[in-house]
Amino acid sequence: MNTQKITKNKIKGIIGRHEAEKTSLIAILQDMQNEFRYLPKEALVAVGKHLDMPLARVYEVATFYNAFSLKPRGRYLVEVCAGTACHVKGGFNLLAKLERELKIECGQTTKDGTFTLEQVRCLGCCSLAPVVRIDNDIHAYLTQDKIPRILKKYRK
Amino acid sequence: MVNLVIDGKKIQAKEGITLLEAARENGIDIPTLCSHESLEPSGACRLCSVEVTKGNRSKIVTSCIYTVEEGIKVNTESERVKKVRKLIMELLLARNPDSDVIIELAEKLGVKPQKRFLPDHDKGKCILCRLCIKTCETIVGVSAIGFSSRGATKIVGTPFDEESDVCIGCGACAYVCPTGHIQMETTGDTRTIWGRTFKMTACNVCGRYFAPEDQLKYISQKTGVPLKELSTCTSCR
Repeated sequence: MNTQKITKNKIKGIIGRHEAEKTSLIAILQDMQNEFRYLPKEALVAVGKHLDMPLARVYEVATFYNAFSLKPRGRYLVEVCAGTACHVKGGFNLLAKLERELKIECGQTTKDGTFTLEQVRCLGCCSLAPVVRIDNDIHAYLTQDKIPRILKKYRK
Repeated sequence: MVNLVIDGKKIQAKEGITLLEAARENGIDIPTLCSHESLEPSGACRLCSVEVTKGNRSKIVTSCIYTVEEGIKVNTESERVKKVRKLIMELLLARNPDSDVIIELAEKLGVKPQKRFLPDHDKGKCILCRLCIKTCETIVGVSAIGFSSRGATKIVGTPFDEESDVCIGCGACAYVCPTGHIQMETTGDTRTIWGRTFKMTACNVCGRYFAPEDQLKYISQKTGVPLKELSTCTSCR
């Protein structure tokens, strides 16, 4: 999944796929998030205009859900599970290792825009703990020494 | 008409009104922060909690959003109510330790800061009651402000925390805020609110700066009254 260039036409195209009703708001924001990997300001402004909704209301929804990001995310989203099972199995060590390997802190994006590192609560596969999800691939029973090789695969 | 008892007093109330309204009509005082006569009640601050007894059961309800019912007994000062109110006040005191309004109200209710609730110092005086947001949306009609984020990091403000281009600088949000969280500074010909500075209009009779230019433009646009007529302050009209 590549980070897409943000153009007015693309924003228009996404909005145009939905009906101009208030109930379309979240669906439109989800499509924007999928397309751009984050919600650019100009997109939120355009959505508000299309739905005849104040920007303050759109902003409320966009900042409420963790699924939406207002900061540009990298090409690959690295999510370290911090749920109970993964935590007990040492998920925090994986996060520390990833921070060292990527030279960023949790919540940041690498300079080249390849990886964004985030922590999530539970990915729903506790029997595979500890897990890290990269771009929707689950890496199960992960240990620190496997991390460099995995990252290399994505860097290519 | 609905018959009910509040604090042992037999009361007849109009159908559909809230317990808080019925109590206040009859001179019974219930402490509130987020209730305002011009806005829909929302039950945000929880301070107006009272105990409602129906038959053999009783429950704690927020009186500002609970409508009157036939035959219920309401107690605004029972031990249970006092306990609930005390806890709510203790939490408010921990959230907004710098708000004079909250400190005063706590003193009135005999509530002291509790060691087990660590005071917050990043929340300002805001209790997240939404009065300012509702005022801006339903009364002013511009929706310049709203909440952002959620949970412990939820705050009220303008989108992206930037100067709002729809704000008219009317200051209704600062006026309605029950705890004095919203900062508005008016000095001579300028007014600053939500990080934006507005130019004030001087009254064309007495010369006093009385309203932001953007507010008068907005009113003129909405009502059709020419801007020139609006440029006279209310005391000179």
